Amino acid sequence: MNQPPHAALKETPLTALHKKLGAKMVPFAGYEMPLQYSGIIAEHLHARSGAVLFDVSHMGQAILRGPDAAAALNELVVGDLVKLPVGKVRYTLLTNDRGGIIDDLMVVNGGYYLVIVVNAARKEMDFAHIYARIRDRCQLEIWEDRALLALQGPAAAKVLSRLAPPSKHMMFMSMENLKLGDIKCGVTRSGYTGEDGFEITVPHEDATRLAELLLAEDEVKPAGLGARDTLRLEAGLCLYGNDIDEETTPVEAGLSWTISPSRKEQGGFPGDEIILRQLLEGPGRKRVGIRFEGKAVPRSGAEIETMEGAPIGLITSGSYGPSVGSPIAMAYLASDHASAGTLVRATLRGKPVPGEVVKLPFVPHRYAS
Amino acid sequence: MAKVSFTREHEWIKVDGGEGVIGITNYAQEQLGDIVFVDLPAVGQQVKQGEEAAVVESVKAASELYAPASGEVVAVNEALVDDPARVNEDAMNRGWFFKISLSDPNELSALLDEAAYKEYVESLG
Repeated sequence: MNQPPHAALKETPLTALHKKLGAKMVPFAGYEMPLQYSGIIAEHLHARSGAVLFDVSHMGQAILRGPDAAAALNELVVGDLVKLPVGKVRYTLLTNDRGGIIDDLMVVNGGYYLVIVVNAARKEMDFAHIYARIRDRCQLEIWEDRALLALQGPAAAKVLSRLAPPSKHMMFMSMENLKLGDIKCGVTRSGYTGEDGFEITVPHEDATRLAELLLAEDEVKPAGLGARDTLRLEAGLCLYGNDIDEETTPVEAGLSWTISPSRKEQGGFPGDEIILRQLLEGPGRKRVGIRFEGKAVPRSGAEIETMEGAPIGLITSGSYGPSVGSPIAMAYLASDHASAGTLVRATLRGKPVPGEVVKLPFVPHRYAS
Repeated sequence: MAKVSFTREHEWIKVDGGEGVIGITNYAQEQLGDIVFVDLPAVGQQVKQGEEAAVVESVKAASELYAPASGEVVAVNEALVDDPARVNEDAMNRGWFFKISLSDPNELSALLDEAAYKEYVESLG
């Protein structure tokens, strides 16, 4: 999260509201963003028991238009977007020619267009990559003027159905255009916390009004990037730049499930030979979850060893898990040491911290069925 | 009566007789956020003014506590091991870290008094 202190930071349409609500603001991906309001742990626990509202307007949103858009974008990702039904959302990966991950993204089939939502820190690179590869087959229209809000938690559906009754029939990973109050929004039932919830795209000029409308509901509290990070870590979800990057493949990252069956057979995406060979032979290293004993928190970059002291990998995300109640991490470990139940250790300030490889997610997903 | 002094690194020391109780300031706990782990020195350990004597971990990051004065550790706040959130709740009292017997009380003259520390924190914005 470190940025040069004097870099000019961009704001989202909700920056003034965050400050009014007493948020502690920090630089993130070139934006001034709320880290926390009441406290990371309280916000985290509220997302698991009630509902929280995140501003994720720093993320990149764009539209791809043209009859050939899905087929064109398909050549850049591991999922099958041609088969994505209208009104459905797909989580997929842009890959490079070495099989590494350029970014993870959401793609929505809006009927006459695709909406794509990419990571804030990657958006310029992603859009340049997409434009360079497929500009003669579809039109890329970057949405500079739309905010993105995420309403997450077990109470999210109840809250949203009060404002927009049709939302209660939405399935997980589906999209509807809905009016919340009198505000026209694009709503997907999706999120980054492991909980049920919605992500809502709205024009800049309506963003504050929408946020205030949602925050006025009893169950809803604002949450910042701190809780967003602990929630997604407990849910076993990757953070681009930490857990996945251009040097990690979908197979190593445990994201083989995003490779559609047709693509597993036929390939047709960048790095397909490398990725399909890894699928067949197994990767040399794997992303795993580790739960540590005690309270000291091994963090990103810390080395993981066997109990005998042989190095077997590195932590890519590490934090205290507020719902788990202990320090947790995601790490890449040599595949022969990556099965659940393997005892491992990190070293922190000269002291060993024992842990155990566990199945991800740390906290079971509770998506709408 | 105990006199409280402060460092620019946001530690405090309450000195009474030849002993000083040490902790982090309210400003420090606010900046750190939810504290989840405190690594305390051992009783009998020598600490040196300005050098790392304890570690405090919040959800987001680990930070060092630098000893405001030199001396031997004579007691540690064991309650923080199970309940590190005490530092958030009451940084200046129940959230104390450890106690030393001062080896050089003259070192205290390098520290800030309460008014000077308050002014310093305000200057940080």
